Amino acid sequence: MEAGAVTTAGTTDRYLLRGVAPLGGERVDMLLAGGVIERIAPEGTLWSDGDAQVVDGAGLVALPGLVDLHTHLREPGREDAETIRSGTRAAAAGGFTAVHAMANTTPVQDTAGVVEQVWRIGAEAGWVDVRPVGAVTVGLDGEHLAELGSMAHSAARVRVFSDDGRCVSDPILMRRALEYVKAFDGVVAQHAQEPRLTEGAQMNEGVVSAEIGLAGWPAVAEEAIIARDVLLAEHVGSRLHVCHLSTAGSVDLVRWAKGRGIDVTAEVTPHHLLLTDDLARGYDPRYKVNPPLRTAADVEAVREGLADGTIDVVATDHAPHTREDKDCEWAAAAFGMTGLETALSVVQHTMVDTGRMTWVDVARVLSSTPARIGRIDTGPHAHGRPLDVGEPANITLVDPSAVRTVVPTEQHTASANSPFGGRELPGRVVATFLRGRATVLDGAPVDGGGAS
Amino acid sequence: MRHLLSTADLTRGEAIRILDTAAQMAATQSREIKKLPTLRGRTVVNLFFEDSTRTRISFETAAKRLSADVINFSAKGSSVSKGESLKDTALTLQAMGADAVVIRHQASGAPHTLAHAGWVDSAVVNAGDGMHQHPTQALLDAYTMRRHLTGGGTGEGQDLAGVRVAIVGDVLHSRVARSNVQLLHTLGAHVTLVAPPTLVPVGVEAWPCEVSFHLDEVLVDQRPDAVMMLRVQRERMSSAGGGFFPSPLEYTRGYGLDARRLGMLSERAIVMHPGPMNRGLEISAEAADSPRAVIVEQVANGVAVRMAVLYLLLAGDVTQDSQQDKAGQ
Repeated sequence: MEAGAVTTAGTTDRYLLRGVAPLGGERVDMLLAGGVIERIAPEGTLWSDGDAQVVDGAGLVALPGLVDLHTHLREPGREDAETIRSGTRAAAAGGFTAVHAMANTTPVQDTAGVVEQVWRIGAEAGWVDVRPVGAVTVGLDGEHLAELGSMAHSAARVRVFSDDGRCVSDPILMRRALEYVKAFDGVVAQHAQEPRLTEGAQMNEGVVSAEIGLAGWPAVAEEAIIARDVLLAEHVGSRLHVCHLSTAGSVDLVRWAKGRGIDVTAEVTPHHLLLTDDLARGYDPRYKVNPPLRTAADVEAVREGLADGTIDVVATDHAPHTREDKDCEWAAAAFGMTGLETALSVVQHTMVDTGRMTWVDVARVLSSTPARIGRIDTGPHAHGRPLDVGEPANITLVDPSAVRTVVPTEQHTASANSPFGGRELPGRVVATFLRGRATVLDGAPVDGGGAS
Repeated sequence: MRHLLSTADLTRGEAIRILDTAAQMAATQSREIKKLPTLRGRTVVNLFFEDSTRTRISFETAAKRLSADVINFSAKGSSVSKGESLKDTALTLQAMGADAVVIRHQASGAPHTLAHAGWVDSAVVNAGDGMHQHPTQALLDAYTMRRHLTGGGTGEGQDLAGVRVAIVGDVLHSRVARSNVQLLHTLGAHVTLVAPPTLVPVGVEAWPCEVSFHLDEVLVDQRPDAVMMLRVQRERMSSAGGGFFPSPLEYTRGYGLDARRLGMLSERAIVMHPGPMNRGLEISAEAADSPRAVIVEQVANGVAVRMAVLYLLLAGDVTQDSQQDKAGQ
C-alpha cells in the first residue's frame, strides 16, 4: 500500500496514523480524535475502532503543524495574485497549519477592522489559522503609529506588527513602536532596509551587479538597520524580530546581540538558504526578490546561523505576483517569490540532507519557535506544541524519501512565480491535520474539508 | 552569432571578424554610390525606449546603406506601469515581420529578455541597455583604435595586443565602460579605469582591468595609447542625483582632460569620447578639437561597424556560425 493511503472511506474527525515517526524518532501509532492527540502507542498496537480513518504512516515523519511568520496572502486588494482562500490552501499543501498574513494589503492592515476581516475570512476558509500581522504605521507610510492597541485587542488578537515591504527607518518611530507593543506582549518585525542606501536597488551589490549593470542593494543597508534596532530594543527593553535576514554580517550582528542578552529573534527564508545572486545573470525576474539573493558566502552564513540557533526560524516570505508583474524586463518586475509549497523541501534539502539539522530542529524552526514568537503557542488554538497526548492535533506528515520536480503552474497558490521551478527537491507533504481535521491527505488538499 | 547583446559573449575570433567586416564596409563608403543591395527586402526595426538621436541615426544609416527597410519605433517612457509592456511591443514587431530589432532601453537586461523570452524570432542588437552594455559602441571604439594603433591601414585580422587604454569618468553608470572593458580584454589590450571612488562600482575587482583614482598618475605611469573620456552628467553632483562628486569644477580638476593633461600624452596617443561631450567638464575644447581627437571619426566608424553587425546577423554565413558555436562548446 502506498504510504499515506487511507483505508477507510468517509469523513471523520478520527484518524489513526499508523507507524509514523514523530520528529524522525521511533515509530508509533497515533490516534487523533476530538481535535487533539488522544493516544500514542508503540507501532502496531493501535487498531481502528471502525470509524477512525487509518493513514499508513510507514516512512513518514510526523511534525507539529508548520507555522509561517511571514506570508503575503494579498487579500484584500490583490486578489488577482492570491486570495486568502488560495493562499491558505497552498499553505496547507505545504504542511502549514498557521500563517501570519503580512500587512501590506490594500487597504493596509492598519486598523482593527481590516485585521478582523482578514482573520474572519481565513477562519471561514478553514485551511489554516490566519494570524493577521498589523501595520506599524498608518498606511505603511512610516510617519504615524497605527492603532496597534486596537488591533491587539480586536478579535484577530494581533501580536506581530510589521511594515514589511518597507522599513520603519525613522529611529524615533521605531523606538516608540518597540516600546508601545510591550503593553500587549507584541513584537515589531522589522524589514531591515535602509531606504537611502537602497534607492532604485535591483539586486545584491557585488561582483554580479557590477557586471550586469543592475543597481546594487548593499548588505550594509540591512546590517545598519539591524545594528540600530538591536541597540534600540536593548535600550527600551523590548522584543524585536528581524524579518528575512540575508547577509553574513546580519548573522554576526544577531549573534552578538543574543550574546548580550538582547531579546531579538530572526528569520531566514528558504530562498536565501539555497539561491545566490548569480541567478540574476539571465535577467529572469523570477529571481528578483527583496531582500535580494546574496552571495554563496552569505548562503553558507545563514545556514550556519540557522543550525547554531542564531537564526530562530525559517519563514517563507511567500509573495505571489501575477504573471504580468514577472513577464517583463527585470527593472519593471515586482519583487518577490512564492514559497509556501516548497519551504519544507528546501529546509530538508539544505539543512537535513546535509546533516546540519535533525527533524527535531526542523520542528523548532518551522513550528514551535515561530508559534512562540507570534504568541500563538498557548490555548485551545495553540500551534507549535509538542506531539504529546492531549495537545491540539496540528500535525504534518512528510515523506522525506520522496523526490519531486517543482512545477510552479501545478502548485496550489494562485501565482506561478516560484524560483524553484524545474528544480528537483526532496520531501513531500503527505498529510496535514488542523486540530484533528485533515486539510491534506495523499498529498492533495481535502476540498470541502477546508471549511468547518 | 544569433544576437549581439554583450561584448562578453564575443570570442576573439568573432570580434575580429566583425572588425574586419566593418573595414570592408568602410571601404565601400568612400564610393560615390554608398548603398549595397545586401539586405534588400529585410526589415530592421529601431526600437528606442530611450532618446538617443545619435545612436538611432547611426543604426538607421547603416541599415539603409545595406538596402534594408528601416522602421523607427520610439517608445520612450514605455514600461509596464506607464503604457505598453515590452512584451506587447515585441509581439507587435514580430507580427510585422521584423528581421532584426535594434533595441535601446533604460533597463539593464531588456535586450536579453527580448532575445530570450520567446516573444520574437528576430535577431536582437543591443543599442544600449541601462548600465549594462552598448556593444556596438565598444566595437567602433576597438575599430578606431585598431586603425590608429596597429601598424598601418585598417589592421585587418589583428587584435589589440599590447595597446594601453585609459577609460576615464563615470564608470559606475557607464555601459560604454562595461562593454569596452570586456571587448578590449578579449582583444588583448590593457585597460585602466580612472574615476573618483564614488563612480567606481562595488565588485569592480572581478573585472579584467586595473582601477586608479588618479588621472595624472595614470597618464605618467601607464603612457596610454588611447584615452577614452566618458560623459559625466552634471546632475550626478546634486544630492538628488546621488551626490557622487562635490562640484563640476572639482571633477574637472581631478578627471577632466584639459590642455595640461593633453600635453602629457605620448606622441601616438589618441583621444576618444563616445559623445555627446560636455565641453569644459570631462573634456576641454583644446582636447576635443586637437589633432589627437578621433571623436568625429568614431561617429563615421560607428556606421561601418553597425553595417557589419547587421550584415553578419542577417546575411552572415549561418553554417559557419553554427559550426563555430559547436566548436566553442
